[in-house]
Amino acid sequence: MSADLWTALYIAILAAFTGYEVISRVPVLLHTPLMSGSNFIHGIVLVGAIIALGIATTPLEQGIGFVAVVMGAMNVTGGYVVTERILAMFDRSKRKGGPP
Amino acid sequence: MTALVQDAINSVYVVAVIAFILGLRAMSSPATARRGILYAGIAMLIAVLATFFSPGLSNFPFIFVGVAIGGLGGWYWARVVKMTAMPQMVAVFNGMGGGAAAAIAAVTLLSSLGNRATADLALAGAIIGSISIAGSMIAFLKLQGWLRSKPIVLPGRQFVNTAVLIIGLGFGVWALWQVSAVWLLPFYVLLLLYGVLLTLPIGGADMPVVISLTNAFTGIAVALDGFALVNGPLGDAGYAMVIAGVLVGSAGSLLTYLMAKAMNRSVANVFFGAFGATEEQGTTIQGSLKPIEASDVAVMLAYAQKVIIVPGYGLAVAQAQGKVRELDDLLEQKGVAVKFGIHPVAGRMPGHMNVLLAEAGVSYDKLFDRDEINPEFPTADVVLVIGANDVVNPAAHRKGSPLYGMPILDVDAAKEVIVLKRGSGKGFAGIENDLFYRDNCRMLYGDAQDSLTKVIQELKKL
Repeated sequence: MSADLWTALYIAILAAFTGYEVISRVPVLLHTPLMSGSNFIHGIVLVGAIIALGIATTPLEQGIGFVAVVMGAMNVTGGYVVTERILAMFDRSKRKGGPP
Repeated sequence: MTALVQDAINSVYVVAVIAFILGLRAMSSPATARRGILYAGIAMLIAVLATFFSPGLSNFPFIFVGVAIGGLGGWYWARVVKMTAMPQMVAVFNGMGGGAAAAIAAVTLLSSLGNRATADLALAGAIIGSISIAGSMIAFLKLQGWLRSKPIVLPGRQFVNTAVLIIGLGFGVWALWQVSAVWLLPFYVLLLLYGVLLTLPIGGADMPVVISLTNAFTGIAVALDGFALVNGPLGDAGYAMVIAGVLVGSAGSLLTYLMAKAMNRSVANVFFGAFGATEEQGTTIQGSLKPIEASDVAVMLAYAQKVIIVPGYGLAVAQAQGKVRELDDLLEQKGVAVKFGIHPVAGRMPGHMNVLLAEAGVSYDKLFDRDEINPEFPTADVVLVIGANDVVNPAAHRKGSPLYGMPILDVDAAKEVIVLKRGSGKGFAGIENDLFYRDNCRMLYGDAQDSLTKVIQELKKL
């Protein structure tokens, strides 16, 4: 294994504990938005998809890379909008005053 | 010059990673949650923009068209969908992430099949990404109602599933061994099939656990793609993917565990138990179902001192959260104390009920979770169960019941229980509810929104 991979492994271990610590203090109330929010964060896959398509050379690689970019972009924007819509309901300032 | 550009891009990734972690942290408190998604959103935007400047990229027209199609499509779909469909939307967009991870792995495998470490890592990413997209899509179809939500159990499924997985993995390993990409096709087909077969026997009520686990899976698949990228010439973006992916993988795994725990089941039991496919044998329930009219419900509520409302999936289906808020306001005006008892797995996602009630404007401090509200049921005059079933089934206290051991809301301890229900069918687990046959329980049949409208009209007359 190359030195870069070892570095990445150390980083991954620290990130794993970070994720665990951040989540363990979340109230049940926020489980749904949090699941949606973490769903948005793995949209970083779009970065990998852009690179994969960017360095693709054969038509097959380009085709699959294109599919990856489309799906990654959907993950990003869809994940963001869904999370934002769920969280908007928690905003007290925008809440309707009277009975609906 | 190139080194300078690379430094600039890396600096952006570093900032993005910090913003992701801060964003996730801010999302863990109601007061800062919106700021959290904003941080994460900005992080994502700058990370994606920086990637365009990576040296050595080509195919830009394809990239721009792909980002435009996927980005606008995802944005539009998420905007127009109804609030009740949010759980399946999370499943869809999670599946897209898993699919993207599997596709990136495919490109990496095609171009670097001879590179041992890179190919191994990409293959692992392909395995997990494929299972994630297939599982998420089945979860979506079941929640959307396009696929039968009851467990679909095929004969000999444990054997078939294991065989599909092992043969699929065999093709993958063979492809690496022979350095021959042809074998990747059956590999992908069988892994996707495995994801489908794994999810089909799981009932709709367990979908939150499935979505949460596939969410964690996608995170890990993204991280593995990141590892494979780190091993290549354009490795710097890989570190950002490793961190974000592992962050989601570990947080998602913990969330999955917490959800399964709330149902007193192990994650393995959710996936391999085919819960709800079998009927409990040998028990007959004593008593009968006793219907009640909306006008009688109104009277009972008006003269109660303390009312606890227990919402469930039926509330979400009927879009009755606004009516619940109206009822809450009306009862408070009449001096009735109203509280809400929220079971952690009521609805189709954890916190689903909280989200719906928050949308309708019900105050947070009226929402209580299971441990807080259970001691209060004996002192409640009326409990109104709106579209909840399995989470209030006292059969959970009886040995031999498939529900045995699941922590429930002990609504049967209240003086009077009124159940708003569409018909006399069973809950998602497919198990008869003892509660409905208890002496202190009355059934108000009909769509939750219609029933509540009638009750509110009658209340206003009193």
